[in-house]
Amino acid sequence: MKKNILAFVILGIIFLIFPFVIRSDYYQHLVIIALMWVVIGSSWNLLAGYTGQVSFGHAMFFGVGAYTAGILATKLGISPWWGMMFGGLVSMLIGLFVGWVCFRLRGPYFALATLAGGEIFRLIATNWESLTDGMVGILIIQTFRSKVPYYYIALALAFFCIYAIHLIMKSKWGYYFVSIREDQDAAESLGINTTLYKNVSLLVSSFFTGMAGAFYMNYMAFIDPQVVFSLHYISIMAILVGIVGGVATIMGPAVGAFVMVGVQETFRSAFFGIAPKWISQAHALVFGLLVIFVIMFLANGIVGDWQKIKRNVFRIRASS
Amino acid sequence: MALLEVKNLTKAFGGLKAVNEVSFKVENGQILGLIGPNGSGKTTTFNCINQFYPITSGDILFKGKSIKGLKTHKICHLGIGRTFQVVKPLSRMTVLENITASAFCRVKTIKDARDKAYEVLEFCKLLKDKDKLAKSLPIGGRKRLEIARALATKPDLLLLDETAAGLNPSELDEAIELIRKIRDNGVTILIVEHIMKVIMTISDRIHAINFGQTIAEGSPQEVANNPAVIEAYLGEEYAQG
Repeated sequence: MKKNILAFVILGIIFLIFPFVIRSDYYQHLVIIALMWVVIGSSWNLLAGYTGQVSFGHAMFFGVGAYTAGILATKLGISPWWGMMFGGLVSMLIGLFVGWVCFRLRGPYFALATLAGGEIFRLIATNWESLTDGMVGILIIQTFRSKVPYYYIALALAFFCIYAIHLIMKSKWGYYFVSIREDQDAAESLGINTTLYKNVSLLVSSFFTGMAGAFYMNYMAFIDPQVVFSLHYISIMAILVGIVGGVATIMGPAVGAFVMVGVQETFRSAFFGIAPKWISQAHALVFGLLVIFVIMFLANGIVGDWQKIKRNVFRIRASS
Repeated sequence: MALLEVKNLTKAFGGLKAVNEVSFKVENGQILGLIGPNGSGKTTTFNCINQFYPITSGDILFKGKSIKGLKTHKICHLGIGRTFQVVKPLSRMTVLENITASAFCRVKTIKDARDKAYEVLEFCKLLKDKDKLAKSLPIGGRKRLEIARALATKPDLLLLDETAAGLNPSELDEAIELIRKIRDNGVTILIVEHIMKVIMTISDRIHAINFGQTIAEGSPQEVANNPAVIEAYLGEEYAQG
């Protein structure tokens, strides 16, 4: 226990002083994006990992959050920072609707319904031009020129999100979520209102994802439907972050976010310019291979199978 | 007033009437055994009582009030706990977590739920297994966990669905003892069971059904000697002799 607290303190200090040690905009940008993914991955994990309701459509919450902030800023002139609050809330409303429709379905059918939901929102954002400006996208002016304020906002958001989920999982809600995952019928007969608590989980999850979306709007200052409602770059990535890091673990998605952003960037930039250019085309392939590897050898993800990883590393060291 | 009253309960799946016009009463503090050959509609009756299935016609009164059409979780809050014939442990949770989760039915804080869980663990003699994952328990332990979980919701009426099936003789005696102990604590029990040793020794009354219809009701002795019951279990020839 003491060791854990020490590790958290050290980790906390590293994160707090990071932007003063590493001054390169490029690396700061990568960590900001990774922190944003910590939020999305953790909220996906609350719904899919803990409550067992696998979502293939988290892009809809992300996109709605981003568009809420963007539209408030461009149409009503409200600071997009307010949008972070409203983005989360509007996402929650969408979550309420999605839950009302999709929670009539179970298991793979729920997953497919969310997949369709995500695509529906992408098409709405593309075609409702009077509200969203369609494919033109939304452009705002960044509040800060330095990356440091964004870094701390992302850090605070990530910390707040993980801590909130940690608290939830230690409470009655947490017990209910896991019970629903393990056996919905048994949970129902033990007096758990499964429909209600699945919705609670979805609402918390969509709130944080929406906030992450609004943060993205603030940070990148430009969004269009193909980016924020992307099945590939948002919905699937959220799942990968969860699976690689470790489903149903508190720190799993956080680790997964850094690994996935790292892998994605390494390949996108063709090993930071060292490798030939065509490598960057192969990053989707590498994602696929990584997922196969994780599912075959680390079914519980990096955090979930940490003991196994440690054991194997030690064995290799001992034998060499 | 009976604690539970089932009135002309009918449940049809398409054209098949799995339960047909069944009526019975469970008095406060009583153990009522529900028997019948395989496929006679016992488990379906259970699933209707806790509204797992919507009932086709008839009515179910609990403490004098109709519970027809209520949600399953609501039934549990009213005070009807149940176990499943095919056990449904929350596999990747520990035994303690399983029971804590259900204890939240009556209490608000995690501390109270944990206290209640320990009390039930002690009562069901599961204390030594509390930190094991539910899926790692042998069948006897899982059956016990089913009962413990239902008890943690503080039911007035407990529906036990074949909790003795698959147990070895010594576990069987423990199960009988446990069920008696639960009754002595003021919980009324409706039990479905195939093992005659269990049902004949613990039931106050027995209700026998076949093909979804009532064939006999009475004390264990009466029901055991009833020709219709013997016929249902052993065939016509034995019924005459």
